[in-house]
Amino acid sequence: MAVKGAITVDTEKCKGCSVCIANCPTQTIALSLEVNGKGYNYAYMANPDNCTGCTNCATVCPDAVITVYRVKI
Amino acid sequence: MDIKDIIKPENKVYGKTPLLTDAVMHYCPGCTHGVVHKIIAEVIEEMGIQDKTIGISPVGCAVLAYNYLDIDWEQAAHGRAPALATATKRLNPDKYVFTYQGDGDLASIGAGEVMHACNRGENIVIIFINNAIYGMTGGQMAPTTLLGQVTATTPYGRNAELNGYPLKITELLAQLDGTCYVTRQSAQTPAAVRKTKKAIRKAFENSMMNKGTSFVEVVGTCNSGWKLSPVKANKWMEENMFPFYPLGDMKDR
Repeated sequence: MAVKGAITVDTEKCKGCSVCIANCPTQTIALSLEVNGKGYNYAYMANPDNCTGCTNCATVCPDAVITVYRVKI
Repeated sequence: MDIKDIIKPENKVYGKTPLLTDAVMHYCPGCTHGVVHKIIAEVIEEMGIQDKTIGISPVGCAVLAYNYLDIDWEQAAHGRAPALATATKRLNPDKYVFTYQGDGDLASIGAGEVMHACNRGENIVIIFINNAIYGMTGGQMAPTTLLGQVTATTPYGRNAELNGYPLKITELLAQLDGTCYVTRQSAQTPAAVRKTKKAIRKAFENSMMNKGTSFVEVVGTCNSGWKLSPVKANKWMEENMFPFYPLGDMKDR
């Protein structure tokens, strides 16, 4: 793979709406079993090896909690 | 490669724009308002007009928009945002003035204001979020509610005989000579978000060229009002809203 990506999620602000999961082309993201302070199951990188850093998840995130990083290898 | 080696400031490709404040949005999970706020913030940041933009927030869920975007705001009475924007733009012709309104605000109580502001061709941007329901007050029928759609006040579905027909206000406004750019977009997929961003940027640029009113409708979801999960609400919107509210430019001159 030519590029590799990673995301960070502001877990306290994430509301677990799952729109990022539906729009992730590589099934990288899932909802965690733990909950945040508001009681939401927040999004996290379940399969970090899959991430290409395409920014789809962050583009559709209504609460702007996802930051995307990408490197070329 | 380890994740720690990827997550470094120099590798960052996308993140929250500083124009969005750190306040946690009060919107329900998956609400289209959050996406559109982010789009507007990114457009303002890219154009470098943070000090020159004045937003008019409506009555409805987006009434607290002034907490989330770090620009100047005014808050209008229900439906009167285009009237306030008219005054603001006429007194400050060098500012970018936009209104941000929902369908209960713009298409119902504010239908008169928006019609006349567009007919006068005020050099403002009107951003219209159409989710076919009154979200804040508990999911009642709006003028834009689809026929057969179940809401709190139409428990058996909207009936044309009793409740009238859904209002396509964007098509109406496209007929007026005062509008220069009328378009309908959505924000449920990355491609749709990029198109909406392009449309909003164009609308902001139009407002400085004295061409007339720019009107951008964004078809959105209200998953709490529709009683669906955010992902299912997006699907429902694609299947039911898009056939009646087709996306695309209606007018561009």
